[in-house]
Amino acid sequence: MRKLAGIALIVLLSACASQTTQPEVDDLTAGGVGSGSGGSDLMDSGSGRPSYFSQLQDPNSILSQRSVYYDYDSYTVRSDYRELVLSHARFLRDNASASAILQGNTDDRGSREYNLALGQRRADSVKNMMTLAGARDEQIESVSLGEEKPRALGHGESTWSQNRRTDILYRGE
Amino acid sequence: MSIHWFKTIRSSALILLLWWVSMPLHAQLNIEIFGGGASRIPIAIVPFAEENKLNQGITPVIGADLQRTGLFKLVDSSGLSPHVPTDVVYADWANRGANALVIGRTIALSGDQVEIQFRLMDVAKKSQLTGLSITVPKTQLRAAAHRIADVIYEALTGDVGVFSTRIAYVLKRGNKYALQVADADGYNAQSIIEYTEPIISPAWSPDGNQLAYVSFENKKPIVYVQTLSTRERRAVASFKGSNSAPAWSPDGKKLAVVLTGQGGSQIFLVNVDGSGLQRLSRSSGIDTEPNFSPDGRYILFTSDRGGSPQIYRMAITNAETSNAERLTFEGSYNVSPDFSQDGKSFTFIHRGDSRFNVAVQEIGSRQVQILTNSKFDESPSFAPNGKMILYATEIDGHGILSAVSRDGQTRQHLSVQTGDIREPAWGPLPKWK
Repeated sequence: MRKLAGIALIVLLSACASQTTQPEVDDLTAGGVGSGSGGSDLMDSGSGRPSYFSQLQDPNSILSQRSVYYDYDSYTVRSDYRELVLSHARFLRDNASASAILQGNTDDRGSREYNLALGQRRADSVKNMMTLAGARDEQIESVSLGEEKPRALGHGESTWSQNRRTDILYRGE
Repeated sequence: MSIHWFKTIRSSALILLLWWVSMPLHAQLNIEIFGGGASRIPIAIVPFAEENKLNQGITPVIGADLQRTGLFKLVDSSGLSPHVPTDVVYADWANRGANALVIGRTIALSGDQVEIQFRLMDVAKKSQLTGLSITVPKTQLRAAAHRIADVIYEALTGDVGVFSTRIAYVLKRGNKYALQVADADGYNAQSIIEYTEPIISPAWSPDGNQLAYVSFENKKPIVYVQTLSTRERRAVASFKGSNSAPAWSPDGKKLAVVLTGQGGSQIFLVNVDGSGLQRLSRSSGIDTEPNFSPDGRYILFTSDRGGSPQIYRMAITNAETSNAERLTFEGSYNVSPDFSQDGKSFTFIHRGDSRFNVAVQEIGSRQVQILTNSKFDESPSFAPNGKMILYATEIDGHGILSAVSRDGQTRQHLSVQTGDIREPAWGPLPKWK
């Protein structure tokens, strides 16, 4: 069974690799890595999830922290979030079958589409830091939610600062 | 003035996870009009004969259509009720200051059909300018009134009327998002799709049969195209990363979209069936909000390649290009361009003094005119005759639709009592135009 899972993983990885030169068709629902339909040997018995998820959700682990916040009009990961991002990067490096989706967000001033692009820049900044630290490109999809999914509602800096962020989600979680 | 958004759409579960509107939506739509041009045409509209026996008035719709343009002043017609030219005493109307007079009658035919005969009279010349007879089912009386308003508008202004067009927008109520299509006056609103995740950037196909839009239902932005008559939809751009900002080519065969899968936010061209992906822009910055010129040769877009978001124009070629001409220079934030139908100007959002306002720029002279003085205007869209601009704005923290005349003289607000309206897009002229 372990061997089978290994083969399944190689197939999935090579499928990903063959698509990296072109924008690939969205694989969120296509039974990809971590979706639960493949790689059942990686699962905890009974829980239906790969064993590494317990680390991600341990409240004492930095991996349970999932939001990176930004200064106004900035897209660079602040030094106080560096360790958080690097911890997730190391986790991805050490768990080759894990994959993450990074969702960039902005405050609600200005054009929705332009804000979508700004949110993308935030998610991309986290992705770049993660891949430099050893996570593979195929493990990470950076996307943007722009101003569409605010964590806090209203106007004013205390609201806006909560909405300038990138959230780290793991597939299959 | 208030009405109900009353259309019921039968649910047809084409796609799992999406739930469709199967209950009537009730919300009150309010229309307010501000300002008006200095030289408005005085026009009297006499209620049509037998009109009061119909379940839907005709002349109130015509009057409201004309008034919203800011180009007409309605003259009181009380006490006078001519329905055919021989009944008209022109001196009466001249005394009331009317230059034009609308008369007519409605005739109930068998089988739920109604014939509407209308005439537009020139008061000074004491003659008929134009007239029309339309037979419609009783359910289409508002549509018939819009057609008559179009005929009057065209006869008196020389421009094509847009009262028979439709608009699309997103209505957010609670945690629900509905993509809605309504008549240009906000009536007959129908939900095309409803979901609990955001929908943005609706864009009309040139034939008015389809809408492209961005949905976040799958944890990230994906571009869909949906056919209005069948409600059938498909993902057109669902690549790795974010997919957004759809814009139709004038021939309706392609969409410009913004993708992030190859790094950054860049503009690509894709066939409406999702095939034939081609990269158009190449920059290290953000390139987004593409919008085709009416001749299909150019794309306007927003880019921050020069340090701040500004509007650029690039020619569409077979090869990707980093060449683009910067068009906006006033201020540090100019976004969301939309070409006028003649291709000679574009509307956009300009930020000055922390206000976001609707502006228009002539492409030839580069002259800019700011049309609004509100605080948070978004997504401006030209009417297909270039005379009005539809946009979203905010009043008391509430998203509403607003329309401003091309000269900035007249504004109208369309609002619902509960919920936010945003992301409006003015649809094309109907095919018979």
